Amino acid sequence: MRLPLPEREVMTPGHLACQGCGAALTMRLALKALGPRTVLSIPACCWSVIDGPFPHSTVNVPLFHTAFETAASTASGIRAAFEILGKEDVNVVAWAGDGGTYDIGIQALSGAAERNDNIIYICYDNEAYMNTGIQRSAATPLGAWTTTTPVKHPKSEPKKDMVSILAAHRIPYIATATIAYPEDLVRKLERAKETKGTKFILILSPCPPGWKTRPEDTVKLSRLAVQSRVFPLLEIENGEKWILNMNIKKPVPVVEYLKLQGRFRHLKEEDIQRIQEYVDKEWERILKRCGLA
Amino acid sequence: MKPWKPDIDRKMVFKSVREYPPMAVSLYTMMFNKTGTWRTVRPVINYEKCVYCLMCWKFCPEPAIYLEPIEVKGKERMKPIIDYDYCKGCMICAEECPVKAIEGVEEER
Ligand SMILES: Cc1ncc(C[n+]2csc(CCOP(=O)(O)OP(=O)(O)O)c2C)c(N)n1
Ligand code: SF4
Ligand code: SF4
Ligand SMILES: [Mg+2]
Repeated sequence: MRLPLPEREVMTPGHLACQGCGAALTMRLALKALGPRTVLSIPACCWSVIDGPFPHSTVNVPLFHTAFETAASTASGIRAAFEILGKEDVNVVAWAGDGGTYDIGIQALSGAAERNDNIIYICYDNEAYMNTGIQRSAATPLGAWTTTTPVKHPKSEPKKDMVSILAAHRIPYIATATIAYPEDLVRKLERAKETKGTKFILILSPCPPGWKTRPEDTVKLSRLAVQSRVFPLLEIENGEKWILNMNIKKPVPVVEYLKLQGRFRHLKEEDIQRIQEYVDKEWERILKRCGLA
Repeated sequence: MKPWKPDIDRKMVFKSVREYPPMAVSLYTMMFNKTGTWRTVRPVINYEKCVYCLMCWKFCPEPAIYLEPIEVKGKERMKPIIDYDYCKGCMICAEECPVKAIEGVEEER
């Protein structure tokens, strides 16, 4: 019988993620695609805790715990070591949160991308610094509550456009994915495995305690993010060819996505209108870049 | 069959740093940590209703659902089985099941 996803489980249960953690599902799906011949470089983030205490590890592949800002440079070093050893059939993966990617790790990532080091950089994006108690990051969306953007002063800046920053580096492969579309996620990682050079994959991973959502809504939220055009599913080749994987012709109003999340509960009607306008404008821009406008 | 090996579910305890293995790679999985104790609601699959679409298996973040081959009306199918040793009761499976074959039962402790 053909299964919708690879049957193998590289990751084991027993890990320390919260109930309904999107980031845990992201890792499970990613390792299904990447397989056991993978090495992970993980900076300080929720995943350094989820994995469990030494000498235990839930991922069943070598995992290098590294400093917050060094996911990409550690992965570059691991790749260099494999090259010296003459081993080519190993996936070297930098696996970082949005804080470790959009903020503090951007320099190491930009360096690796500029050298076109042969690594896969995966950012699991839960849109804040969750491990240290929900502080804002450059990936936190417009209007969201976090402990450093309290309800009286919710985040006034939109999410940083990381995908365009990476596209400007002209790396061979960039993709966005999310857990509600696991076949799409697995296909993109399989493509990243086969591509030489720096690959960047951004995976939206809802976080119940950080987003103030019900654990059972994790997958639903991930789907609504795509269906409301908040999170477009994209592939970009060599920074130039933009491909929109799912052209959402009849979008769900953004409010449907926002209203399930406690971090947006303080928003008034005009705030929601402003967010909807921002999402519409961004979508137009994406359509133009994909040659669809 | 469970995709992970049950013989690796022991916990390693060291009395002092000197007992640590001189290596940087973990030797054991997290399977000693039976996260089933976290559960307040238990998802129960009603196999009379199940259409074997495997949505529940696809979306389990643990993974605490594994598959076993069975025959349904002469066709090969995969049956999803919940491993209650590890299921944390997030209820994503029940939410995603298209035919509402998974029911939440309150745990009593
Ligand atoms: C240089 C440095 N600054 C701060 C920290 C504290 N710290 C550890 S994890 C973390 C937040 C990580 O956020 P993110 O990368 O988004 O991952 P998440 O926890 O959300 O999964 C911070 C600030 C650190 N470990 N090192
Ligand atoms: S805080 Fe969020 S990202 Fe971190 S383990 Fe919990 S659910 Fe996952
Ligand atoms: S999601 Fe529901 S119908 Fe589909 S396999 Fe699971 S229990 Fe059966
Ligand atoms: Mg984060």
